[in-house]
Amino acid sequence: MSPSLNATLNSVCFRTIDKPNPASLETYRSLGGYEVLKRIITEQTPAVEIINELKLSNLRGRGGAGFPTGLKWSFMPKNYEGDKYLLCNSDEGEPGTFKDRDILRYNPHQLIEGMAIGGYVMGAKTGYNYIHGEIWAEYEIFERALDEARAAGLLGDNLFGTNFSFNLYAHHGYGAYICGEETALLESVEGKKGQPRFKPPFPASYGLYGKPTTINNTETFASVPYILQHGGQHFLDLGVANSGGTKLFSVSGHVEKPGNFEVNMGLPFPELLALAGGVWKGRKLKAVIPGGSSVPVVPADVMMATNMDYDSITKAGSMLGAGSVIVMDESTDMVKALDRLSYFYFEESCGQCTPCREGTGWLWRVVRRIADGKGRMEDLDLLTDVSTNISGRTICALGDAAATPVLSFIKHFRPEFEYYIQHGRSMITG
Amino acid sequence: MPTIEIDDKVIEVKAGSTIIEAADSMGIPIPRFCYHKKLSVAANCRMCLVQVEKMGKPLPACATPVTDGMKVFTRSQFAVKAQKSVMEFLLINHPLDCPICDQGGECELQDIAVGYGASGSRYTEEKRVVLNKNIGPLISTDMTRCIQCTRCVRFLKEVGGMMELGMVGRGEHAEITAYVDKSVDSELSGNIIDLCPVGALTSKPFRYSARTWELIRRHSIAPHDGLGSPIEMHVKGNTVMRVLPREDEAINECWISDRDRYSYEALNSADRLTTPMIKDNGVWVETDWQSALEFAATRLNDIARNNPQDIGVLVSPNSTMEEAYLAKKLAQGLGCGNVDHRLRQSDFRLDSKHIGTVWMGCNISDVQSMERVLVIGSNLRNEHPLLTHRLRKAVKAGAELSLLNPIDDDPLMPVAHKTICAPDAMVNALAQILKAMSVMPRYAGHLSPAVSNLIDKVKVQSGPQSSAQAIAESLSGSSASVDLVAPRAAVLLGNIAVHHPRYAEIYSLGEAIAELCGASFGVLSEAANSVGADFAQVLPNADAMNARTMLESPRKGYLLVNVEPELDCHNAHLAAKAMAEAECVVALTVFKSEALRDADVLLPIAPFSETSGTFMNMEGRVQTFSAAVKPLGECRPAWKVLRVLGNVLNIPGFDFDSSEQVSREIFGGEDPSQLASNRLNNHLYDSGVRDAARVNDETPNILQRIGEISLYQADALVRRAAPLQKTKYAVPLAAYMHHAQLAQLGFQAGGAVTVSQGNGSVSLMAQIDDHVPIGCIRIAAALKETAALGDMFGPLEIKAVEIKAA
Repeated sequence: MSPSLNATLNSVCFRTIDKPNPASLETYRSLGGYEVLKRIITEQTPAVEIINELKLSNLRGRGGAGFPTGLKWSFMPKNYEGDKYLLCNSDEGEPGTFKDRDILRYNPHQLIEGMAIGGYVMGAKTGYNYIHGEIWAEYEIFERALDEARAAGLLGDNLFGTNFSFNLYAHHGYGAYICGEETALLESVEGKKGQPRFKPPFPASYGLYGKPTTINNTETFASVPYILQHGGQHFLDLGVANSGGTKLFSVSGHVEKPGNFEVNMGLPFPELLALAGGVWKGRKLKAVIPGGSSVPVVPADVMMATNMDYDSITKAGSMLGAGSVIVMDESTDMVKALDRLSYFYFEESCGQCTPCREGTGWLWRVVRRIADGKGRMEDLDLLTDVSTNISGRTICALGDAAATPVLSFIKHFRPEFEYYIQHGRSMITG
Repeated sequence: MPTIEIDDKVIEVKAGSTIIEAADSMGIPIPRFCYHKKLSVAANCRMCLVQVEKMGKPLPACATPVTDGMKVFTRSQFAVKAQKSVMEFLLINHPLDCPICDQGGECELQDIAVGYGASGSRYTEEKRVVLNKNIGPLISTDMTRCIQCTRCVRFLKEVGGMMELGMVGRGEHAEITAYVDKSVDSELSGNIIDLCPVGALTSKPFRYSARTWELIRRHSIAPHDGLGSPIEMHVKGNTVMRVLPREDEAINECWISDRDRYSYEALNSADRLTTPMIKDNGVWVETDWQSALEFAATRLNDIARNNPQDIGVLVSPNSTMEEAYLAKKLAQGLGCGNVDHRLRQSDFRLDSKHIGTVWMGCNISDVQSMERVLVIGSNLRNEHPLLTHRLRKAVKAGAELSLLNPIDDDPLMPVAHKTICAPDAMVNALAQILKAMSVMPRYAGHLSPAVSNLIDKVKVQSGPQSSAQAIAESLSGSSASVDLVAPRAAVLLGNIAVHHPRYAEIYSLGEAIAELCGASFGVLSEAANSVGADFAQVLPNADAMNARTMLESPRKGYLLVNVEPELDCHNAHLAAKAMAEAECVVALTVFKSEALRDADVLLPIAPFSETSGTFMNMEGRVQTFSAAVKPLGECRPAWKVLRVLGNVLNIPGFDFDSSEQVSREIFGGEDPSQLASNRLNNHLYDSGVRDAARVNDETPNILQRIGEISLYQADALVRRAAPLQKTKYAVPLAAYMHHAQLAQLGFQAGGAVTVSQGNGSVSLMAQIDDHVPIGCIRIAAALKETAALGDMFGPLEIKAVEIKAA
């Protein structure tokens, strides 16, 4: 393990994690928490200065798309008369993702401060944090943190004796994956069925209740106070070119010690794997899905030569996504793995637009048929074709997310599929 | 304006329009299912994907705004591949059994599949099955066929005003459904059948009765309200099988109300009279036309010879201009001036005071661009189901709607201000509005002395119930953006106002309010030809009797044109009594009717579908139509019957060969539209009625009836349209009152009560309806069950039925 890594493990969003009562206001304040918020509000720091600092830090959206945060914040209309909203997307529900849950659990105040700063910069007086439906305990922790912050005068009206007000509320979802799509999330907060809106218009012009709205991921917001505390350059220097700062990687699957690891961008994958205790039971690595189930699977040899940053993983043929690293050992039956992933997208498609509503069921049924030993050789081309027909033709990215595993699994592990079709059973498990 | 290029054709389009709008305007076809020009954009079917230069993905034409210099390709390989893939997805779960589907042959999915579908399916897995829903008596569902385009959902929410359908479930489990255990009850619901691009929603009465290619389309005009929607009657053999809208942006856009859509069911009802009948010693016997006409002519002539004023002529306002005109002409020929079509009006004090023909005062299409509207005395959705949608559009665009009504039914749109009061208090309520308006600085300086005097009499009433001030401010438009020269404001009177016992006062105060604030003023005419009959002077002569006095002072003889007296007249009891006491009642009627039991001769006439004729709608639009089918049995068009009757009576000027000749005579050979626009005028010659209005009368401490005509009881046709009678709109008859009123009277909800008006009484159930103001009992009129009662609006007595011990 490299010395540089040790110095920065869990240093940004997880910086309270080893302290007693990590989620408490007291702990967060002992690390200089809320100082940035107080400073910018009382000094009336121009918003553009903060945005420039974020641009310098090269912080990119941590929810998966990797859109530059400073740029996104600059899209909010500045002289808009009327309400503007800020939303935090804590609705991580994709297989392999569990990083935001730990931010809510261990460092909720950093998220709150990050959102309040966002409110100040973008002129939003109200924020909502949409929390995934299946994590009730973390929702309660976050509500307690909100109460603490309100009682301490860190949220509410006329903060620090100025005329700046920011009210933040938690909104508990009900478990639909689609509500993590930012415009479906808006619909859900509005009390409607969670279905993505078509864009344009984008949320920055027509968002929550039709008002200008910015939506960021939990980790993105939580990184902001740290960046403004230590400077954009410092954050940038933690990472590598085009991937500033640190990143939370949620390592799951066939490893000895699955968990979240906040490390520098650009860490070589083998080192991340080592942090997670390596492949379990002394087995060999077969493949890795590096960014959550919606990104292409990467074979072991390619993955072992890849660093964990946006550009490197793109070069390896996949995406950093939300940093959800699913590790698969040599005993993994890739057909069954794809069956499970395809079932997920079939169940979670919102049903609004045709290619995804109809296509996800088609994909899953064919994969399931192959796994049941009733596959036909032409099924593989059919799966590829159907996936291609879904991709890029839907309102939101769920269609692409459903197509990607099918395309990449067949591309990299076609012989396993063919074996199933020819022999009616698995090449791996028999 | 941006210039774009679609399939190498260049066009300049309005900024903010979408690719599909541009393509439609150029006649370039882009396949679509979810897109509809009158509904919000959903972009969910993805069928309209097209290629846009410099874009890596195909874009939905319906949701992509045009930008200057944009190049669009709708037929490129890239675009067609996307379109075909969407088609394949749509078909994998859709049943491929068009021959047994009711939509077959007129199905958008079927049509587009011909162009974009493959010849066979690659899908070999299990297909989805969705349980059907019972959403009411008008619409049949076959939900497995649904492609989730959500047109029906958006229609009901955006046009109907209430989201009665929605999508539940996710992904493949997503299905369109109504609320649990609820049906779709919108009075415009049938339009979702037309909107549905597949066979998921079809017409329940029409289902499986004909194929589209067997049907001949004949144009007609809907005969139920003053809108006069253009319709298309689909005919098989000599039967009208169904009715669909024709598109006219100025009238109905592309919709029709359920009343206009389903009333055709009455055309073939068992009630149709198909042979002339004469009552012989109290027994109805069938006869031939000649005997019947001679019988009628002789009896009428006998009475007329003695005193022509002993005859009364009542004409349905749903009769054509030609029919109404000939009835009037016939009466004139007999020397009788007692002719009227205003059967449900009861206050005629304005007769001879009108400068011109009363109309709505603006065009139908103007309603949606109004900014401020006061509707007086109208249960909007009930009276004018489709026109209400125009008002809903206006409100959606920011208009302020104010209501003055004796019932508080929900118009399914936000109401800015309302006064709900007992019918008798409406005059005072209007005076309060006028008074509040008159003290506004903008108007105070130039009030006419008469208005000033009137206003001086009005005692200001304040209190939480009084919204007069708010309505006055709303109408005068206090915001800076108001156009003082041509304010987009309207004061409109509905059916309740016209039926009101103090209509004359309401009319003249409404006119004064409109004049003060520059609003347009008019009446939303009740029936298909109310304006036309007025225009053709189918009104009593100056010294003669109107529709009410003809019944109050029973005549010896009546000539009824398409009238069911006790159901179509203001005072059912008077009407029935007059008919019973008359020596002779000659009825030209479409139906055998219990309400014509006291007639002496029944002459079977053709309903609107079997005759040609002309209606003039509420905006004065003259619309002529031809017969869609041949008259049933021995039925004859009423204009022909009246012509022959004229001949038999030797009245000169009855030599018409066609209805066109009659209408030429009505319009004096001039252009009908031009003549109409010259004559339409809502002003009054003198303001006597207004100046004498009893503006301060205390609401008398007696119970009043609100005798509304329910949507599907309005005329003889809809009363016999069985599917409409099965809808939730056919509210069970009861004596409805506010719960506090019920308590005050000591009644139980559901308890039996006896309601009396004059000499008549009926037994009803008392029920709670908190939309009814205190002091009023809502008891529907135009029903045979309440035909023993009197005035639609008037005092009544009510008492509980005592249950005697056995």
